Amino acid sequence: MFELLGIPPQALFGQVLLGLINGSFYAILSLGLAVIFGLLNIINFAHGAQYMMGAFVAWMCLNYLGINYWAALLIAPLIVGVFGVLIERFLIARLANLDHLYGLLLTFGLALIIQGLFRNNYGSSGLPYQIPDALKGGQNLGFMFLPNYRGWVVGASLVVCLVTWFMIEKTRLGAYLRAATENPTLTQAFGINVPLLVTLTYGFGVALAAFAGVLAAPIYSVNPNMGADLIIVVFAVVVIGGMGSIMGAIVTGFGLGLVEGLTKVFYPEASATVIFIIMVLVLLVKPAGLFGRAA
Amino acid sequence: MKLKTILATTALAALMVSPALAQQISVKAGVLNDRSGLYADLSGEGSVIAARLAVEDFKAAEKGIKVEIVSADHQNKPDVGSTIARQWYDQDGVDLILDVPTSSVALAVNQITKEKNKIHINSGAASSDLTGKACTPNTVHWTYDTYALAQGTGGAMVKAGGDSWFFLTADYAFGHALERDATEVITKNGGKVVGAVRTPFPGTDFSSFLLQAQASKAKVIGLANAGGDTINSIKQAGEFGIVAGGQKLAGLLVFASDVHALGLQTAQGLVLTEAFYWDTNDQTRAWSERFAKLNNGKKPTMVQAGVYSGLLHYLKAVEAAKSKDTATVMAKMKEMPTDDPLFGKGTVRADGRKMHDMYLFEVKKPSESKGPWDYYKQLAVLPADKAFRPLSESECPLVKK
Repeated sequence: MFELLGIPPQALFGQVLLGLINGSFYAILSLGLAVIFGLLNIINFAHGAQYMMGAFVAWMCLNYLGINYWAALLIAPLIVGVFGVLIERFLIARLANLDHLYGLLLTFGLALIIQGLFRNNYGSSGLPYQIPDALKGGQNLGFMFLPNYRGWVVGASLVVCLVTWFMIEKTRLGAYLRAATENPTLTQAFGINVPLLVTLTYGFGVALAAFAGVLAAPIYSVNPNMGADLIIVVFAVVVIGGMGSIMGAIVTGFGLGLVEGLTKVFYPEASATVIFIIMVLVLLVKPAGLFGRAA
Repeated sequence: MKLKTILATTALAALMVSPALAQQISVKAGVLNDRSGLYADLSGEGSVIAARLAVEDFKAAEKGIKVEIVSADHQNKPDVGSTIARQWYDQDGVDLILDVPTSSVALAVNQITKEKNKIHINSGAASSDLTGKACTPNTVHWTYDTYALAQGTGGAMVKAGGDSWFFLTADYAFGHALERDATEVITKNGGKVVGAVRTPFPGTDFSSFLLQAQASKAKVIGLANAGGDTINSIKQAGEFGIVAGGQKLAGLLVFASDVHALGLQTAQGLVLTEAFYWDTNDQTRAWSERFAKLNNGKKPTMVQAGVYSGLLHYLKAVEAAKSKDTATVMAKMKEMPTDDPLFGKGTVRADGRKMHDMYLFEVKKPSESKGPWDYYKQLAVLPADKAFRPLSESECPLVKK
């Protein structure tokens, strides 16, 4: 049996797969961020809190209303998305003409408030959420035991990522959106309701975060800090991919999950920082990010 | 003449009153812990509630002792904790600091307390160094420590046949101390440690590390972490079929609040060591009932119980010493036996270690639990002298050899 850098290949394949699984969370979250930044120019710091809300709404659906995981996968993003629409209408829209720093500060404040409210009501150690029965158990792949649920997470996020990319790059609605970001005044002159488009886009980005939250609920404990722990990494992913680049967010999301997974094998202590090291290197070489267009 | 008499009587009266006034001692206690992060449920606001209950039960006001309680969030960061401790001691007149979970913060506060000659009664941190090589005349380590956890869970697992171990260790002072102390117990009992992985703290995804542990073929996977880290590791170990595959999980530090967060479905069968469980006897049940009413229905953890018990003993020592002078009070605390409804009778040793029995519990199956917070069945009692590091092995400079 050959060994690669002292690690048996079986273990290595296992880690690669795990990296991809984590990467799918990064991808779907950074995709939401990229959509919001690309079309609204808002650096949505509340994204982590909205992801956490997705997990909590799924938990509430199950425990207060008896709604199961599959229904929650649709309902939770919808509820949190509507919440996002309200935030956009009443708060973010008022900052539309200011520097994006204001949007960043506003959403950062919102994130702190949302997390604080959930922490006060539900404590910080989290709530249990079981894996749905249909996805219990796992497959023995020979080199590792793959839980069915994790396989499902990778599949579901890939599909969502590709559908989103397709909608924005290849459909008429996506074309309106892109036009609205290029030149809102002109687009409006063609009779397109730009403020509505912007609001719906924000709602959609938020719903993506909530969707990731529901996917995460059975793996991690449903915990008020779950978003705060993740958001910085996700921002790094977006920056590496190129702010606002849809494809960049998806590809770097999966890619960095992979890098992080491998770091966990070779030098686990660095696994929390490796993404930031890459971010520094990428910014030095390509300040607009790997897939970004120079402004 | 008359005026002189009046003045003289008043002066005399004032003289007679003043000793009584001198009796009035005011104490300011600071509860310093994690109020927003992964240890907030096991310490946090609950520890403040426990401290208030201690003041209430001691009837401090009737005894001429005025107690004020302040609290702050150290965010599990040693620098933040140090800044607060310094400010409390230097500017706010705080006399003692209670709780302080997170070993890295506790070790920092330990040093500052010594420097400022105040008192630190630690309930939340685990590192056995607090009464080992980092011991000071100013610190009492109250509830548990890594040595006791290793003796309890580690010893029991090795005796039950788990003789090869792989550690998932939280990469900071606490994890390192726990791994070290557990390794000692395991090797002493004839087992061996086949590997360990240091995980970034705090973490969310432990699957990579669990997979490495699985590949090591060790019989037991020791979790040298706490709070949210433990919860996520146990949850993900279940997902990857690690326990189903024949390996055992040893949660070296698991709190009642963690079991609550995991749910019995996931946590059942876990063996763990605790210093306190709310459902032990009538006294602990009665107190926990009062506590839960003030804490959104949540029962106390051993950390919160330790804050109560530690502050109660401190107040008794202040009463006995009729002073809050640090050296006098510490001498009294070590001289007087401890006795309270939660931990029963015990002592505070010369190195600052509070001595009491520890308990080995197993988490019940969902079918065995009669209601919310009915989680543990007791497997064994570890007598205090077996649970904690004997003075003869101590590296504490206070203990003369």
